[in-house]
Amino acid sequence: MSLLAIRSLDVSYGKVEAVRQVSLSIEAGQIVTVIGPNGAGKTTLLAATMGLLPSTGEMLYEGRDLRRMDVEARVEAGIVLVPENRELFGDMSVSDNLILGAYSHRHDGAGNRRNLDAVYHRFPRLLERRHQKANTLSGGERQMLALGRALMAKPRLLLLDEPSLGLAPLIVRDIFKIIASLRETGVSVLLVEQNARAALETADVGYVLETGEIVHSGAADMLIHDPKLIATYLGGH
Amino acid sequence: MSSDIAAILAIDGIASGAIYVLIAIGFVLIFAVTRVIFVPFGDISAFTALTLAALETQRLPGTMGLVALLAVMATVMQVTADLQAGDHKAIPSTLFFYLLVPLVPVALMWFAAGTVMSMPVRMGLSLLLVLPIAPLLDRIVFRPIADASVLLLLTVSMALHFALVGLGLMFFGPEGVRTQPLTDASWEIAGMQVSLQTFLIVGSAVVFSALLYGFFELTLTGKALRATAVNRTGARLVGIRPAYTGTMAYVLASVLAGISGILISPVTTIFYDSGFLFGLRAFVGAIIGAMVNYPVTALGALLVGVLESFASFWSSAFKEVIVFSLLLPVLLWRSLSVGEVEDEAEE
Ligand SMILES: Nc1ncnc2c1ncn2[C@@H]1O[C@H](COP(=O)(O)OP(=O)(O)OP(=O)(O)O)[C@@H](O)[C@H]1O
Ligand SMILES: [Mg+2]
Repeated sequence: MSLLAIRSLDVSYGKVEAVRQVSLSIEAGQIVTVIGPNGAGKTTLLAATMGLLPSTGEMLYEGRDLRRMDVEARVEAGIVLVPENRELFGDMSVSDNLILGAYSHRHDGAGNRRNLDAVYHRFPRLLERRHQKANTLSGGERQMLALGRALMAKPRLLLLDEPSLGLAPLIVRDIFKIIASLRETGVSVLLVEQNARAALETADVGYVLETGEIVHSGAADMLIHDPKLIATYLGGH
Repeated sequence: MSSDIAAILAIDGIASGAIYVLIAIGFVLIFAVTRVIFVPFGDISAFTALTLAALETQRLPGTMGLVALLAVMATVMQVTADLQAGDHKAIPSTLFFYLLVPLVPVALMWFAAGTVMSMPVRMGLSLLLVLPIAPLLDRIVFRPIADASVLLLLTVSMALHFALVGLGLMFFGPEGVRTQPLTDASWEIAGMQVSLQTFLIVGSAVVFSALLYGFFELTLTGKALRATAVNRTGARLVGIRPAYTGTMAYVLASVLAGISGILISPVTTIFYDSGFLFGLRAFVGAIIGAMVNYPVTALGALLVGVLESFASFWSSAFKEVIVFSLLLPVLLWRSLSVGEVEDEAEE
């Protein structure tokens, strides 16, 4: 049984269909990436998976029908989204943002403290800045906080919307290393990225989304050598 | 005006201002978490005073009927919603939270009826009895339109206030009440007699504001309320249900409104419709705080109290006119800077 199985998903904004007949699945422990040009519907796909947008089609999570669960219930079940605009608690401190990340497991005090230490260990910068308000962080620090807050929720399926957006190349490499290392802790990832090469190098499986429809899919190391993709998404080298 | 009179007026003003502070903070709290400007909030305060007065004369307070009516309405709505969602398992918890919990203070009151209670017990019971009103109104009126614009929510809130005044007349009757003073003691400070009651009023306002601050800073639930106020989508993404934090906000704010009602009831005569005017004065304080800033809101509400006190010395018939027209320039200035605050929140 797949961890997440989406079949024939349609999502529309009013009359505009942003996602059409999309089917994809993620096995436990896999990293799956969705790449595609601007406006292809990647963010829309993640928002619908999280339950932030209404959709039609089938969505099964560990065999359970996701459509009967609201956003908060999905978080409790282990589906955690790092949205494109991060949605941090701007007026609150870094440490409060992280503590609130564990809200869905609020009764596991000891576990959450361990988890907080682990996040600070992963992102020492956040430990330095723990008393600072989230809206005073630099762009890169914000990305770390968004990822850290998501990890505090003990995700089983992490939905990442462009985690490398606006980061310096060195940090981008770090972020992808962290994503790859999540696999060892049993977290599955659905990764949306503009940085197609890095995404395919990290992922097991890739899908290509164009104007709301999936036009290619396959093992990531096959896609990375596909001449058509190299021409459109992966650049010359 | 001699400086003695000025000092007395100032102390009086600070005492009534302290009462408005509690209501004003409640306005800001509810608005921040739910985006509702809860106009009937002054009514909650007045209803607490009326409840306390009924208990003093060993009558059954009309609040019992009001709470029972609202609890039944909310339960019917929530059970219907559960059934429509096909969520049969939720029905027991619905019955528990929407029917049983609000009816506990009503039942307590029923059994305690006719007995002579001490003043703290009367106060505690009155407070307990008004607590369910605002959260139930939230479920009945606001939750079905939670995604509406702030303006629509305000309009509905206004209508709700008038409905509640009607219910107030039905359940409490038209008579005005004034409860026994909290204490007759007074102290002499710098040659002036200051009643202990004044200290109790100001002290309560300070203590409850501090408790609220501690709750926001130190507890996870308090942080969840702030998180909902700062970023609703972000809150949902970490598993905080806005409906839950909304209910918490209404309960907390009702504690503040209830306390303000208890404090004001020995100071002035309260009718079923007195709430609107307290509400309006407190609301001015909240506007001075731009509906977001708790300390400025508290200062604003104090200012209203002091202005009111001096105005009633100059001309008691025109006291409201003086207070509200003096505040016009302040409001105008604040409404210009509120625009900036909202722009900041946008980005
Ligand atoms: N709220 C909305 N109302 C109407 N149309 C929308 C809305 N949000 C997105 N769209 C449209 O839906 C389409 C898909 O948008 P989406 O944000 O999912 O793209 P994306 O693949 O994430 O793009 P990017 O790589 O630029 O982030 C776009 O054409 C966009 O204009
Ligand atoms: Mg996007």
